[in-house]
Amino acid sequence: MLPVWFFIGVLLTIYGVIILVTALGELSHPPEVVLAQYHPALFAGILLLLIGGFYTFWFWPGRRKKQ
Amino acid sequence: MALTILMAPAIRANRLISLSPADLLIIVIYFATVLGIGFYLRRYAKTSKDFFLAGREMSAWVAGLSFLSANLGALELMGWAAAAYQYGILAAHFYWIAAFPSMVFLGLVMMPFYYISKTHSVPGYLRLRYGEATRALSGISFAFMTVLMSGINMYAMAIVMKVVLGWNIHFSIWVSSLTVAAYVTLGGLFSAIFNEVLQFFLIWLGVLVVPILGLMEAGGWSGLVVKIHQRVHSNDYVHLWSTLGTFSGNPMGVHWTGIVFGLGGVIAFGYWTTDFLVVQRAMAAKDLRSAKLAPIIAAYFKMVVPLIVILPGLLALGLLPFRLVPESAVRPGLHSYNEVLPLMLARYAGPGLLGLGVTALIAGFMSGMAGNVSAFATVWTYDIYQPYIRKSESDAHYVRVGRWCTILGVILSIATAYFVTQFKSIMDYMQALVSFFIAPLFGTVILGMIWRRATPKAGFWGLLAGTVSSIAMYALVKANPAYLAVIALSPDAKDMAENLYRALWSWIICVLVTVIVSLFTTPKPVEELTGLVYGYTKFPDDGGLPLYKRPVFWGAGVAIFFIILQWVFW
Repeated sequence: MLPVWFFIGVLLTIYGVIILVTALGELSHPPEVVLAQYHPALFAGILLLLIGGFYTFWFWPGRRKKQ
Repeated sequence: MALTILMAPAIRANRLISLSPADLLIIVIYFATVLGIGFYLRRYAKTSKDFFLAGREMSAWVAGLSFLSANLGALELMGWAAAAYQYGILAAHFYWIAAFPSMVFLGLVMMPFYYISKTHSVPGYLRLRYGEATRALSGISFAFMTVLMSGINMYAMAIVMKVVLGWNIHFSIWVSSLTVAAYVTLGGLFSAIFNEVLQFFLIWLGVLVVPILGLMEAGGWSGLVVKIHQRVHSNDYVHLWSTLGTFSGNPMGVHWTGIVFGLGGVIAFGYWTTDFLVVQRAMAAKDLRSAKLAPIIAAYFKMVVPLIVILPGLLALGLLPFRLVPESAVRPGLHSYNEVLPLMLARYAGPGLLGLGVTALIAGFMSGMAGNVSAFATVWTYDIYQPYIRKSESDAHYVRVGRWCTILGVILSIATAYFVTQFKSIMDYMQALVSFFIAPLFGTVILGMIWRRATPKAGFWGLLAGTVSSIAMYALVKANPAYLAVIALSPDAKDMAENLYRALWSWIICVLVTVIVSLFTTPKPVEELTGLVYGYTKFPDDGGLPLYKRPVFWGAGVAIFFIILQWVFW
C-alpha cells in the first residue's frame, strides 16, 4: 500500500504549482486584498512546492524499499 | 476586489466572495484526489478488521493526525472562530484545558483497556464490562447522536457555501456528502483515515494565511490587544483566567469552576475518551504503544489549532471595519459571527490562496462527516446488527453491511441536515447533544475501568439516569428560563456556560446512581474482569524503551506546553 504521505506530497506539489503560477501572474497586477504588497500567494506557492516536493520524493513508491 | 466587498458588504448581499478559475481548479482537484484515494484503497478493505479498524496497522502519527482531523469538522473551524469573536480568548479553553489532560489520560490510562480488550468499539467495551443492556443503550444513543452531528455539520457547511460562494444549498449538501459516501464505502476506515490526514494538511495550509497576515496588519499580538480594547472598551477578551472569578466579569458568563470541572473535567474527558468517533482512530493503531501515542500526538496539534481558529476570530474583532451580529439578527448587509473565517480569508487571500482556503473549509466538513459515518457504520454493524439482527454470518457479510451502513448513515445525515433547518441555534443544539449522551457515558466507562465493584445493572441504570437527567435539565430551562440560575449557578450564565454545568450535573448523577445501585447488586466475578478493569489487567511494560519513545514522556511534554500557554495568556 502506498503511504498516505505520498498522496499528500503529490497533492501539495500540484497546488504549489497552481498557486505559484497564479502568484507570478499577479506580480504586475496584485489582487485587491489587504497586504497584497507582500505577495502572500508567492510565498505560499513556494512553501507548498517545498513541502509537497519533499514528501513526494521521500515517499516515492519503491524508494524506501530500495534503501 | 475582495477588499471592496468587505468595506461595503451591502453591495453584494447574496455572495461574499468570487472564485477565480485557479480556485475552482484547486477545489476540483481536491474532490478528484479524495475519490481517487477511495478507489485505490478499495482493494485493501476486504475483511471486517480492514474495513472497520483499518487492519489495525496505522502508525502513531497517522492514527494521531486522523484522531485530531476527525474532530476538526466544519463546525469546529467556523463555529469556534465565531465563538472567539463572541467570547474572546475564553474560547481557547476548548482547545487547551479541553485537550490536556483528557487526551493524555486517554492515551496513558484508558487506551490500554480499549486496545487490550480487542473490542471494536466503545459500546463493545461496555458489553464486555457491563453486559448487553448497557451496550445496547450506548450503541443506539451513539448511532443517533452521530447521525445528528453529521447532519448538523453538513447543514452548517452548506449554509456557509451559500453565503460565501453563492452555491445552491442542495448542491453543497449532495455533492459533498455523496463524495464522502463514495470514498468511505469503498475503502472503509482505511479511506477515512487516509483522507483525514490529507485534510489535516489542507486545513492548516489553507487557513494559515489569516493569522500570519492578520498579525502583520494588527502590529503583532500587543497591537491586536490594543485594537480590541479600542473596539470593545474591555480587556476581558484577551485574558484566559483572570476574568473568571465571577459569572458577570467575562463575555461567556462563566465561572472558573465551570471551565475546570464542567469543560476540562466532564465534557473534555467524555468527548475525548468515550466518543467512538475519535477513539476508533486510535484503536486502528498497529500496536499498543502507537495507540497510546496517537491521542498524545493529537494533543500537541490540538493545542496549536487556536492559531487558525481562535486567532482569526480575535483578529476579526480588532480589524474588521464593521461589527458582526448573531445569526438571529442578520439582515441584508450584515454578517453573522459564523462568517468570521470566510470573511478573514476573503480579506487576505487572492486567487489561488482563496481556493486553498475554501478547500480547507470543505476538507474540514468532509473529515468531520467521514468520521461520523465510519463510526456510525462500525457501531451499527457490531453493536446493533450483529448481536440483535443477524448473529452468525460470514465476515464478508458484515463488510457488506458496513458498506451499506455507510450509505445509510449519509442518507440519514442528509435527512438530518434538512431537519435542523427548523432550529434557530444550531450550535446550542449540538452542545446539548454532547451533554445528553457523552457526559454520562464518561461516568459509566471510567467507573467500569477503575472500580471493580461497579455491577452490570448499575452500569445500565447509571447511564440511563445521566442521559435522562441531562435531557430533563435542558427541557426545564427551555420551559422556564428561571431554572438557569439553579442549573448553571447564575442567572448571568450564557448558553455555553449552561452546557458546561448541565454536563457536570449529568455526570455526577450517572456516577452517584452507578455507585448506589452497585452497592445493592451483585458484581461480576473477578475472572470476567481481566483486561477490562484496573488492577485486573496486565499492561506491557514500557520500561525497556528509551525515554523519548515512551508515551508518558510525551504526555509530560503536553503538560508543560499547557502550563506555558496558560501563563502567557493568563
